[in-house]
Amino acid sequence: MASMTDDDLKQMSQDERAKALGMTTEQLTGKSLYIEFDPEASERYTYPWSHDVDFNKRTEIDTDTLSTTEMNSAIRDRMKEGYGTIVLKNPRGKHSLGVGILNKLNLIVEGSCGYFGVGLIDGPNVRITGRVGWSCGENMMAGTVVIEKNAGSTFGAAMRGGDLVCRGSVGSRTGIDQKGGTIIVGGDTGALSGFMMQRGRMVVCGNAGKNLGDSMYDGTIFVGGEIRSLGVDAIEAELTDLDRQWLTRKLTQYGLMPDKGVDHFTKVVAGKQLWNYDNLEPSEKKLIL
Amino acid sequence: MAGTQYRGSEIKDVDQFLKDSAGLESEREKEIGQHIGYRYDVNLVPDYERITPFLKQYMEVMGWDDLNWLEDVHMGYEEGSPAVFDRNNNGWVRVPDSIELPDNQQDRDMIARELLIKFQMSDRHPLVALRKAYMKF
Repeated sequence: MASMTDDDLKQMSQDERAKALGMTTEQLTGKSLYIEFDPEASERYTYPWSHDVDFNKRTEIDTDTLSTTEMNSAIRDRMKEGYGTIVLKNPRGKHSLGVGILNKLNLIVEGSCGYFGVGLIDGPNVRITGRVGWSCGENMMAGTVVIEKNAGSTFGAAMRGGDLVCRGSVGSRTGIDQKGGTIIVGGDTGALSGFMMQRGRMVVCGNAGKNLGDSMYDGTIFVGGEIRSLGVDAIEAELTDLDRQWLTRKLTQYGLMPDKGVDHFTKVVAGKQLWNYDNLEPSEKKLIL
Repeated sequence: MAGTQYRGSEIKDVDQFLKDSAGLESEREKEIGQHIGYRYDVNLVPDYERITPFLKQYMEVMGWDDLNWLEDVHMGYEEGSPAVFDRNNNGWVRVPDSIELPDNQQDRDMIARELLIKFQMSDRHPLVALRKAYMKF
């Protein structure tokens, strides 16, 4: 693999490339893969393919006349040139803005975004001065996203990691299918927030709508205001000292720390009553036979 | 109500799944021959007093004020060995025997986070070859 250059690989078909790189089509599920790796050998902090960007190197892109594809390509081109701070001007509510950025970066959006803004990102710090539409930060892997105004529904859907912050209020189904990371809402959140949540943390400083945490499998929801109703299998739990420390740290970090502290927050977790293992139980199988 | 009641066992000891890799404690687990639930507390938030110098440096490089996505990374256990789950590889990375395990979960989680970053960022990570094989030129 070491002798294989990008130019060599470029001449090959995808199958040939996979074969040349020693990859296999064999089903590996349940098998161990032995890889020699010395944790002390190197101390890298970014992916090997990442662009080397400098946060102090700043540039602006006027997106007024650009399509979504052109806009996202322009961001990548600037990162290749080493720009670590990119300001997008005149986004005018365009959809899918800033998606798939797998690099460290400061991205500032001066205005509002449409649907699926900054989805699938892994690393950047994003600040959006306006509002965002549905599914902002969907499938986000790492980084921080701060929205200064309100956000639409399914905010942080299927999110896996990082901090997704909305200083205003958000729509319904916030953090649906959340698999990790932290969602922070400065205002209120709509119905069915935390629906099918699997892990991660959600902090709502205001009120939460109906059926909060419905069918949640795991994870934690903290609510500072009133909860209209809890969903199926969502239960209240005791706020620990570690929770208080973490909440204080996180909310202070984003300037959302309430004057009265964090003691009034309600903690909601999974009751684990919906965990279904019947299909594995031999005695019940006998009854069916 | 759909489903069944949770009949897993509580995690009582930090070494529970090192001493007994199967970890079948409750009646239901013994009956089905499978441990129910995670082998670590997925909701445990990090204690920032215990952060390592490497992780501090990582936060600085990325421009983050905290551990960010690493808050969800914990030390788990695979077949009786300490390990950390690598989401980029969809598999467990075993902690080398040369690393001495501390006596508490918080310090173990910090070791797991550090190891995972070093592995994910190395040229030895499977994602490097995968990316080369399937990237668009």
